[in-house]
Amino acid sequence: MSTISDPPKGSFRLSMLLNDTRYRSMTLQVIAAIALALALAYLYSNLAANLRAFGLNISFAFLGNAAGYDINQTLIDYTSQSTNLRAAFVGIINTLLVAFLACVTATVLGVIAGVLRLSNNWLVRKLMSFYVEIFRNIPVLIWIIIIFTIMTVTLPGPNEFRGDNATSSMLFDLFAFTNRGVYIPGPYFTRGFGGGEGSALNWLMVLALLAGSFFGARFVTARASRIQEATGVRPGTLLPNLTIWFLPLIAFALVFGLHWDIPELKGFNFSGGIKIGAPLIALWLALSVYTGAFIAENVRAGIQAVSKGQTEAAAALGIRQGRIMSLVILPQALRVIIPPLISQYLNITKNSSLAILVGYADITATLGGITLNQTGRAIECVLLLMAFYLIISLTISAVMNVYNKSMKLKER
Amino acid sequence: MSGTHEHSVAFVRTTEIPQQPAPSNAAGPIKWMRDNLFATWPNALLTVASIYVIFLVLSSTMPWILGGIWDAPSLTACREILQGESAACFAVLSDRWHQLLFGFKYPSEYYWRPTLALFLMFFALAPVLFFDLPRKLLIFTALFPFIAYWLIWGGTIWIPIFAMVGFIAGYFVYARFVAQNFALGFFGGVAGAAIVWYISSFVVAAIAPETPLLGAVPSRDLGGFMLNLMLGLTCVSLSIPLGIALALGRQSSMPLIKWICVIFIEFIRGVPLITLLFVASVMLAYFFPPDATVDLFLRVVIMITIFSAAYIAEVIRGGLAALPKGQYEAANSLGLDYAQAMRLIILPQALKISIPGIVNIAVGLFKDTTLVSVISMFDMVGMIRGPILASTDWNGVYWELFGFAALLFFVVCYGISQYSQWLERRLATDHR
Repeated sequence: MSTISDPPKGSFRLSMLLNDTRYRSMTLQVIAAIALALALAYLYSNLAANLRAFGLNISFAFLGNAAGYDINQTLIDYTSQSTNLRAAFVGIINTLLVAFLACVTATVLGVIAGVLRLSNNWLVRKLMSFYVEIFRNIPVLIWIIIIFTIMTVTLPGPNEFRGDNATSSMLFDLFAFTNRGVYIPGPYFTRGFGGGEGSALNWLMVLALLAGSFFGARFVTARASRIQEATGVRPGTLLPNLTIWFLPLIAFALVFGLHWDIPELKGFNFSGGIKIGAPLIALWLALSVYTGAFIAENVRAGIQAVSKGQTEAAAALGIRQGRIMSLVILPQALRVIIPPLISQYLNITKNSSLAILVGYADITATLGGITLNQTGRAIECVLLLMAFYLIISLTISAVMNVYNKSMKLKER
Repeated sequence: MSGTHEHSVAFVRTTEIPQQPAPSNAAGPIKWMRDNLFATWPNALLTVASIYVIFLVLSSTMPWILGGIWDAPSLTACREILQGESAACFAVLSDRWHQLLFGFKYPSEYYWRPTLALFLMFFALAPVLFFDLPRKLLIFTALFPFIAYWLIWGGTIWIPIFAMVGFIAGYFVYARFVAQNFALGFFGGVAGAAIVWYISSFVVAAIAPETPLLGAVPSRDLGGFMLNLMLGLTCVSLSIPLGIALALGRQSSMPLIKWICVIFIEFIRGVPLITLLFVASVMLAYFFPPDATVDLFLRVVIMITIFSAAYIAEVIRGGLAALPKGQYEAANSLGLDYAQAMRLIILPQALKISIPGIVNIAVGLFKDTTLVSVISMFDMVGMIRGPILASTDWNGVYWELFGFAALLFFVVCYGISQYSQWLERRLATDHR
């Protein structure tokens, strides 16, 4: 028996670089590195030559210049005199806003449709698979345009709300659905801290209260479970929970004078309240129904992945039908559902870049659209745009990896 | 028996009672409805609600569709015919169908060429999609790209012919050397093809006729649904080999290669397609040599291809990971080298697992080809939003046009996804 031994010393030949497995991978990597470096150098030299030919340079100074254009839907203060950087921030916040809204509604829609696709009711089942197939197989771009067209073409203009015999009227005198957008009552505080006008500080306080209520509610639930385990009787949690959630808010609203700013028709348009522009609504609804169809499929697959024996075992234990779903099936199905669900959220964020089509001022429309066209800084704008989306994507996938690790079935 | 009881019992049945049908509420449509539509009270409520929804949708759309006008020169003429009634004006489709399908600049006398290419496409795809067909048909599949290129772009026939000759030369070099070493064969083949193409570029310039058999059409004149189909088909077929290479690279034991692939895949998957299209339209030109003019179609094809390659690579990586480790070890123990093991053992199985995923990516990609309308290419959506809705004749016809576009995409995408489900059943070798 001979074992593999080192080759005799001094017998190294050049061909061994390729034929000897000990050296081959190193050789190949060196070749790859050289090829990559050459390719990058070639691209860079082309870039440099082109930039010289056009008299351009790479500089991010334009971000500090005044943007010079208006944005109709902003969550932070912005005027046309603000910088391009601020316009980009407005875009980022708008992207996150529509992505968040769409994620919430798409999840709700998707879970409902996914559960109903497994319903005993034949008609409902067929209706839901019709919904899923219709929305999955038609480009989201077409859905965005169609819903935007519905908003702008079929809804009445603000002038149709005017006069004694107006053709349109506000819903409950609170909401106005117009072709420019939907106007809803906006809350505001009349008193701020230290006696002045209400300000952003009030809203921060509201957020803090909500966070406090969240932890308070968790404490109540945990305490109820503790008592249940000790005594076998679960104390009622509904009343304490309601108190914890609503009492502080109501007290806060009374102390600082919460009022509602109700939209009113003034001149040619509505004023007051909060305006949700038609582009935002179109994008939000289209992304929701489109992604909802995909989520419905994920939910269905997740529920079907739970073996039937689990349902039967739960039924054998005497658990009620509705509780089987919430206590046995869904917790196990979630393990299957959550990873694809998160990638659907990523898709929503990426698809929200189609906002440029309906004129919603997201990051693609501000930085990658108007700023790019006005300054001509194509390379810088596109790079920044990609960096933004990349950061979002990598953050979400990092979160997802952590979640997957924690949810992994622990065996032995 | 009957004789003895003749006078003691009033009636004795001497024949068997014929089998009765089940009670009407325990069989047939009524039972089906009780089980499937009205099983419980909430279920019945859901049924009624669903019927109401269906009624609402149908009652609002059906008269609109059925009363549609198919023959009118413009929207105003259409409205005159309708006289205030609400109905569709499909006349826009019969008036502008050629623009929707071929774009507004493709010469109308050449429409037969893309149409013929489309028909040939079915023949070319058939042996790829259905394994039962004779394998010899694949020869036509290999010829199809050159034929389709010549049909759609026209110009001198020598360009596709020499392109094909280059591939054939490359194949011969590959076949000559692959027995010695796969890398030698592969790169030798690439080099052989490149040499042939380089030489033929001079030959073609010399022998190209002044007036070619088929008139040349520049790629900026392509448009309509044809553009969507072309982009979808080209990019998917180009991105599968690239995706396989990326997936293998990501699994590689060589850290440098692995990290190049990981960074590439994660970068591409992290950004929306629209930013890559921006790269194609405003940025990519800076990275080409200053005197080169690469037309927008090619730039878009490059970007969409690397976009879908990154996604396909992830699907194939899933397939590679799903293979039992024993397969890799078995290949090694047979003494196969890396290329042989991959070609003969690993990839055939891994690709089979990944086919449904790849088809899903293909459907998504085909839908995403509509995004090119954002960088002002006139695909189907671009045609509707641009030339057609902007024309004075048809300004205001939204539903008919977008409905038509949605219908076309639905037919294609639904067809592909049904195919994928069929394939999944067909390929399932496990017993259930």
